[in-house]
Amino acid sequence: MRRSEPPRDPQARALASLAASSLSRRRLLSGAGLGLAGAGLAACAPPLPPAATGPTGPKLPVDKSATDKTVAFANWTAYLDYDEEAKNYPTLEAFIKETGIQASYTEDIEDNDAYVSKIKPQLQATPPQDINRDIFALTDWMANRVIRDGLVQPLDLIRMPHAANLLDSLKDVSFDPGRKYSLTWQSGFAGIGYDKSKVGRELKSLSDLWADDLKGKVVALSEMRDTLGLIMQSQGVDISGSFTKDQVSKAMDEVSKRIADQNIRRIKGNSYMEDLKSGNAIAGIVWSGDLFILRAETENENWEFVIPDSGGTLWSDNMMIPITSTHRRNAMALMDYYYRPDVAAQVAAYVNYVCPVVGAQAELAKTDPELAESPFIFPTSEWIAEHKIQGFRALDAQEDADYSAMWAKVVGN
Amino acid sequence: MSALAHIGGSPSGTSTTAAPEPTKRGGMAAYLLLLPGLIWLLVFFVAPLVQLATVSLQSQFPGYPGYYYRNVDFGNYGRAIVEYWPHFVRSLLFAGLATFFAFVLAYPLAYAMAFKAGKWRGVMMICVIAPFFTSFILRTIAWRQILSDEGPVVSVLNFLHVLPGGHITETWVAVVAGLTYNFLPFMVLPIYASLERADPKIIEAGGDLYANGFTTFRTVTLPMSMPGVLAGTLLTFIPAAGDYVNAELLGSDISTKMVGNGIESQFFKVLGGYPIAAALSFTLMAVILALVFLYVRRYGTEELL
Repeated sequence: MRRSEPPRDPQARALASLAASSLSRRRLLSGAGLGLAGAGLAACAPPLPPAATGPTGPKLPVDKSATDKTVAFANWTAYLDYDEEAKNYPTLEAFIKETGIQASYTEDIEDNDAYVSKIKPQLQATPPQDINRDIFALTDWMANRVIRDGLVQPLDLIRMPHAANLLDSLKDVSFDPGRKYSLTWQSGFAGIGYDKSKVGRELKSLSDLWADDLKGKVVALSEMRDTLGLIMQSQGVDISGSFTKDQVSKAMDEVSKRIADQNIRRIKGNSYMEDLKSGNAIAGIVWSGDLFILRAETENENWEFVIPDSGGTLWSDNMMIPITSTHRRNAMALMDYYYRPDVAAQVAAYVNYVCPVVGAQAELAKTDPELAESPFIFPTSEWIAEHKIQGFRALDAQEDADYSAMWAKVVGN
Repeated sequence: MSALAHIGGSPSGTSTTAAPEPTKRGGMAAYLLLLPGLIWLLVFFVAPLVQLATVSLQSQFPGYPGYYYRNVDFGNYGRAIVEYWPHFVRSLLFAGLATFFAFVLAYPLAYAMAFKAGKWRGVMMICVIAPFFTSFILRTIAWRQILSDEGPVVSVLNFLHVLPGGHITETWVAVVAGLTYNFLPFMVLPIYASLERADPKIIEAGGDLYANGFTTFRTVTLPMSMPGVLAGTLLTFIPAAGDYVNAELLGSDISTKMVGNGIESQFFKVLGGYPIAAALSFTLMAVILALVFLYVRRYGTEELL
């Protein structure tokens, strides 16, 4: 290394000459200040939209799956079969044993917005910074955003023979036609949950929730597509079709009115469970699986989950591979594994959400025939049609931005 | 800040004009001792602030919600204030109320600790500090339990039929109570420190000069504790005005949200809300800075500044 030649980078050169000269404090400080200001300005250039970066898009990293046999899966809490005694995930252990791929599983995700806000700057940096996860699971609308922003890798369905077991109704979702980038992890319904003994009657429709004696005792989900979706359905809107902005605003107004009239006490994410447990609320718009967990945890059989007579929403969480993953093939092997009917049945028996795998019902019937009959885990297409259950249509970028801002205003932020 | 201005304003010295070296070794050592702190400030305060400022002036990339381009758009500040002025009012109001209640609770407590506690002083001190051993969030969630509909407080109030609406959580009362509780130690400790430092002989002199107990307190003890009161009110008001946890956990959806909740929502939940969130943060900082400046100018003492 020749010492005489100064570095080419102007910042490095400034620092080098500073180091070479006698160190006066004033110059040291001004040098540090300038360097930092430069670094600060370089760091705060916002990322460009995918279309503006050129037609090719980001290059995928070299796949190291063959030599580095690991895969890291980031998922939501209480979303994979867990053995309390052995302190491990039985299906994951079986996968490791079978394939020799060291699979690690972390419950990183508690909220779509919070998780993606955290990883997005890293994925959008140039060059992208590895987030050290090879699979993450995000809800439909957020999957829509990350696919639109080019933050995930395409799947090679040819390497995933069991992926064909995906339920027909989930094969052509509007945000990812043909499932080129994503595969469903679990699905669930939003509907009405309530304590039958405390309410003292059956609740069948959303208007039943706004009864005077339930004022201040009703919670709702902060997930826009669920709360708003149910209300739009009660107003006769087809939420899976091409609804208009007026129809959305009308439903937003209804939510505002219910908050202003103090029918709805609180609009929250997963923490609405605490209100139901403490008695602050006795009814609400809730997720199906949560109510079954609540029933088991409080040992109170009075907790009921119903799909409102105007219809309910169906959502899914979708596994995807971030663009920084260097273990694409391992990740696909893991996804494929969870699409085996016997494995899917084991997971379904634990998480109590809708299982997206064809054949899992027959497998579950062998071990727990009663659970296998539950329409909340294995809904038939007739059951879904009969209960008018729909998925919220994927929004385009502009709608997404407009409605998220409107919703933030409605819920008081 | 003057030290920072000094850095920014200093010319990048050329080799021809040699800067006069400090002759006294002491001067150099002082600057070297300051250096780690200054670097810390630059990296973790000034640089993020510059970054935040540039974000607050960015514009939406047309046609691509959630993307921005660098711009100088002061309109973000206008939009932020138009949309969020009620949140600002609530932030300042709730923080003001919490500061007032914290003062009312803290002064007698600090007074008792300083003058009346005797051997119990250590125990009382531990009781004041003990909450810090538990997480701030957990303590606030515990308040949800204390104030829950079937909890003791609400049950008693409902039994007496004095609670309009029938619940405390999801009202501003719960938010102010939470803020008061969470920042109470920051009020107690400075007041205690200044009272404890006070020379009892001066207070005794008040009695010698035929002042009754109240007059002595009003004209001698209280003025002597003013530096502590000032520090305590600042340490309570500033974090309370920027607080987001209490309004989030104890408040309702519309009528009790504070600025912090608006920033959180714009940053995390609204697609394309980064510039507004940054502008809100800057405006909040400016408003608090201005209020604190006025307050210190009006009531400040030499000892604090």
